[in-house]
Amino acid sequence: MTEESMDVDVSMPTNTVEEYLRMERMPHIWCPGCGIGTTVNCFVHGLEASGLDLKKVAVVSGIGCTGRVAGYLKLDSFHTTHGRAIPFATGLKLANPELKVVVYSGDGDLVAIGGNHFIHAARRNVDMTVILINNFIYGMTGGQVAPTTPVGATASTTPYGNFEEAFNLPYLAESCGAVYVARWTAYHVRHAAKAIKDALLKKGFSFVEILAPCPTLYSRRNKLGDGLDQMKFYAAASEIQNDADTKAVGLSFQGKIVVGKFVDKDKPTYLDAMNTFYVQKFGDRYAPYKG
Amino acid sequence: MKADPKGVMTGAFFIDGDHACAEGAIAAGCRFVAGYPITPSTEVVERIAERFPLIGGLFIQMEDEIASSIAIQGAAWAGKKAMTVTSGPGFSLMMEHIGLAAMTETPCVFVDVQRAGPSTGLPTLPAQGDMMQARWGSHGDYGIIAVCPNSPQESFDLTIKAFNLSEQYRVPVLVMLDECVGHMTERVVIPPADQIEITPRRSWEGPPEGFLLYKPDKDGVPPMVKAGDGYNVHVTGLTHDERGYPVMTAAVQEKLVHRLVNKIRLNAEAIVEFREDQVDGAEVMVVSYGITSRVAIPAIEQARQEGLKVGHFRLITAWPFPKRRIRELSAKVRAFVVPEINYGQMVHEVERSLGRTVPVVPVSHGGGSVHNPKDIYGAIVNSLKG
Repeated sequence: MTEESMDVDVSMPTNTVEEYLRMERMPHIWCPGCGIGTTVNCFVHGLEASGLDLKKVAVVSGIGCTGRVAGYLKLDSFHTTHGRAIPFATGLKLANPELKVVVYSGDGDLVAIGGNHFIHAARRNVDMTVILINNFIYGMTGGQVAPTTPVGATASTTPYGNFEEAFNLPYLAESCGAVYVARWTAYHVRHAAKAIKDALLKKGFSFVEILAPCPTLYSRRNKLGDGLDQMKFYAAASEIQNDADTKAVGLSFQGKIVVGKFVDKDKPTYLDAMNTFYVQKFGDRYAPYKG
Repeated sequence: MKADPKGVMTGAFFIDGDHACAEGAIAAGCRFVAGYPITPSTEVVERIAERFPLIGGLFIQMEDEIASSIAIQGAAWAGKKAMTVTSGPGFSLMMEHIGLAAMTETPCVFVDVQRAGPSTGLPTLPAQGDMMQARWGSHGDYGIIAVCPNSPQESFDLTIKAFNLSEQYRVPVLVMLDECVGHMTERVVIPPADQIEITPRRSWEGPPEGFLLYKPDKDGVPPMVKAGDGYNVHVTGLTHDERGYPVMTAAVQEKLVHRLVNKIRLNAEAIVEFREDQVDGAEVMVVSYGITSRVAIPAIEQARQEGLKVGHFRLITAWPFPKRRIRELSAKVRAFVVPEINYGQMVHEVERSLGRTVPVVPVSHGGGSVHNPKDIYGAIVNSLKG
């Protein structure tokens, strides 16, 4: 820091994102170079652009590095159990359909331990936005292999390299019924913010995957440099292919990253389907469920 | 407050304990149920699924018991009275979320229609083997409440009580049915709504400024707000301070766990419920609960006909345990006999509640049927021979 920059009046807010954060909880726990904070920045900009009533927005996280996001957002926020953010969010949303419910969690949380809930919430088309931060590794517990770790990458529990095929998450989400699917990286901050805005305004199960560097555990172990090096890699390796066939967007170790908006379609949500069905069944005897 | 008449099916019915449990939940104001099919509990959610659409409730059959046991907590934070229903294997899967509800002080009700275990055990046959799991099943220390009905009528009544206690103390409350009571059909009287007392949520009505999510009232229980009301709550299963924010210190842990345990322990006298029959002058006291409290009756009556002075003490709340009353009784009787369909669970609570050394005789049963009353009779007779 230079002499000049130290003259800046630090009592003035310098970041418009701050009003959306629980600043009393800063500093956060994320490592230098971690991409999760960048995605929170994108989320706040996307949320702001959505025009949603903040009183009616609730964020639900599971456990892990990304699981800490809920605790830093100045919204109704729930930090639940490992893998179970989606069923908590399902209960929250169905009990009060006025809420916009966002699930914000990591790859291990949402598609390993929480995989069953992910596929069923997408199948039911529960109206929620799932933001999955994919850093290819279990960060909080010290760098273990994840269902997203690419073949050939090394983790603490695959010291000789990973040989299990990784999930192609956009394909998984689309196959299970998600109505909006996009993938971006922490490098694509404007695209990611726009995707989050679109996902928040989409009715139904919307899914945004954001790749994010984990310099401490993933990059270091795999000799990929620091957070900045990984961002440079994202910039160089990414190829925007909106409407790409999700079958073809699987990731390989340091290979091409297809990003973009892959799915955007309309389908009745769980509650819409329920209300339509029961109105047909019961006629006037049924009062459409509003929570 | 009184029950909402919408949904209260006032009248006299011939229904089983599972169906009565469903009606109790509806009468208590429950409008959100998440569940997963499992014998012998399924009839509860089947009745809920049939009844809810026309009374403004929502039933969702989740993908598993883990999901069910946390979906109800999301619903509770949206303002609903919520319940899940299961049996042994599913109850085991729900343990982590009983801990979450205890830690986050989320009012909700778990129904466990007990069957014989361990593991898949005897899916269609009774046991009372989950009583200690109900108390200690989730990791760490917390207070809990569990009730154990012995008839369809009590299944109705105690399910209402479970919801009321859950709201009053902001704890998960467990309704510990067993396969016999769940599938037993008897007369159940559902009173008019204006005769059903309902405990409303302890809601905080003040402004968000200065509001502390976990600042307790004098009885150790904090008032609650719900999502969507502008309080920006943060709810976490991590150890947290009164703001609800995570704090990783032994001091905050001690303060929180102390309160979670003591809000039940210090209010135990108000929560505990039991029934006594001929305890004055009794030489031997049979302590029982659930279906076994009914199977014990012929044994007790036979012993009485033969001149033995036998009292019968029936647990309505298993947790908290009526420790003080058992201690008092231990000063007067020569022995306790504790029949239960397990290899010795609540008998340990009787033993550790004694004020002096008195024989405590378990009448164990591995599950799959109820006791032969002769075995309970034999234990009563033998307990006085020592």
